[in-house]
Amino acid sequence: MNELITLLKQNARFSNQQLASMLGISEAEVAEKIRQLEDDGVIKGYSVIVDENRVDKDMVIANIELKVTPQRDFGFDELAKTIMMYDEVESISLMSGSYDLSVTVKGNNLKSIALFVSQRLATIEGVLSTATHFVLKTYKDKGIFIENEENDERSMIAP
Amino acid sequence: MIDYNSVLSEKIKNIKPSGIRKFFDLAAMMKGVISLGVGEPDFPTPWTVRKAAIDTLEKKRIIYTANSGLAELRDEIAGYTKKKIGVEYDSKHEVVVTVGGSEAIDIAVRALVDPGDEVLIVEPCFVCYAPIVELMGGVAVTIKTRVEDNFKLTAQALKEKITDKTKLLILPFPNNPTGAIMTREDLEPIAEVLRDTNIMILSDEIYSELTYGRKHCSIASLDGMRERTILVNGFSKAFAMTGWRLGYLAAPAPVVEQALKIHQYAIMSSPTISQYAAIEALTGCENEVRKMVDEYNVRRRLVVDSFNKMGLTCFNPEGAFYVFPCIKSTGMTSEEFCERLLNEQKVAVVPGNAFGECGEGFIRVSYAYSLKHLMEALGRIEKFISKQ
Repeated sequence: MNELITLLKQNARFSNQQLASMLGISEAEVAEKIRQLEDDGVIKGYSVIVDENRVDKDMVIANIELKVTPQRDFGFDELAKTIMMYDEVESISLMSGSYDLSVTVKGNNLKSIALFVSQRLATIEGVLSTATHFVLKTYKDKGIFIENEENDERSMIAP
Repeated sequence: MIDYNSVLSEKIKNIKPSGIRKFFDLAAMMKGVISLGVGEPDFPTPWTVRKAAIDTLEKKRIIYTANSGLAELRDEIAGYTKKKIGVEYDSKHEVVVTVGGSEAIDIAVRALVDPGDEVLIVEPCFVCYAPIVELMGGVAVTIKTRVEDNFKLTAQALKEKITDKTKLLILPFPNNPTGAIMTREDLEPIAEVLRDTNIMILSDEIYSELTYGRKHCSIASLDGMRERTILVNGFSKAFAMTGWRLGYLAAPAPVVEQALKIHQYAIMSSPTISQYAAIEALTGCENEVRKMVDEYNVRRRLVVDSFNKMGLTCFNPEGAFYVFPCIKSTGMTSEEFCERLLNEQKVAVVPGNAFGECGEGFIRVSYAYSLKHLMEALGRIEKFISKQ
């Protein structure tokens, strides 16, 4: 993968000067490359990885498996684009295997998510069935451990 | 009461404890110290390797292996060596699995050195070579490398130290502490000097996977060198397996035959669980290793660039995970620099002279740390420098 993107995924707050140093190129080149990636739509934005439970104790996340029947003129893409318009939907992907669309939904409580699924998702034409799985605990997100990492147990000085 | 002074071996008593030790004690007493002083990877051992060890514990009896190591592992080592450096070894008679690279160095030296033999040691270097030579009654002869040569061994420097007593050259590249490497072009003149002699080479290639921008070249792959080379390598650095204590040596059968006797009597066989795990390391971890190397490379550029910007000139190290900046511009000795840096900014680095006299005027900085850790430490070093 592009080294610059790898670093920004690790920490999007690295300064251009730090990035230049780590990549062995000039700051101006870093700025230009980032601008290019943004312009091309490769970089969609910059986000933050948080321990959701510490930001909002009541926050509930659920993964919902949807089975759908694509219609003529209204295939998977159109169904997905309809569903992704809802604010509650964090992510949506087309899947291989026993169901078709995987939807991640965020809500303030179990009930709000249950209502969203039954009233909004289940009623969309072409949706055959839904299965809701609530997230109980997240251990790793976007490649980063949410639980505290191990301490460095190596000695201070070693040959 | 027993008089320990008279019972303990004179030879051992005369061996100096590692120069790093004193500094280690100093750093260990202080609170809030952040260290750039460690010579081991910060990455965990790849999960598949750990899983292989767990499976071994569950399913196998943990018994001695053959003295020279599991046949399957030796086969993989031979295959890996051929793939990486293009040199073929017979896994039955030319490979021994050892307790870390350290044991491989030990039995290689012991298999060769008689009292009075001279062993050429390229400095600055890892701290164990001279003491082992001295234990055998051999004479450690230092060859100094210089920053002007990017800390590479030159044919000229080698020639100057060869006498009719010279038995062995210890060649530690990629180098700890300098990060220097020897390319094929650098090695060819060295091979030329040795070609018509009876001098052996101990090539310590423990950092061979950690090179940046170009592939490692082993002197064993040069014309006429295989017959005189004892290749030492291991799993600690490449696969982040320091605590597993596993390494190996590969050498012509007559050498292995003798070294194996020492291994057999002193060690019996290397840790069995580690040996099974090492098979997974060699066969299933190419991607993991590449990822680690890419990450080290990013850190390396950051650290080199940061030291150069601080005014501590730092030659571009192409291997291992150390940089070796020059601190002469501060007017301090290496030890003064390190002690004051520790006291004033609580950053631990290692004085260059711990790795040989010619390391004076330099410090060894390890970048086997996360970017966040490195940035914090570099910030403190910069503060320290700007106050001078």
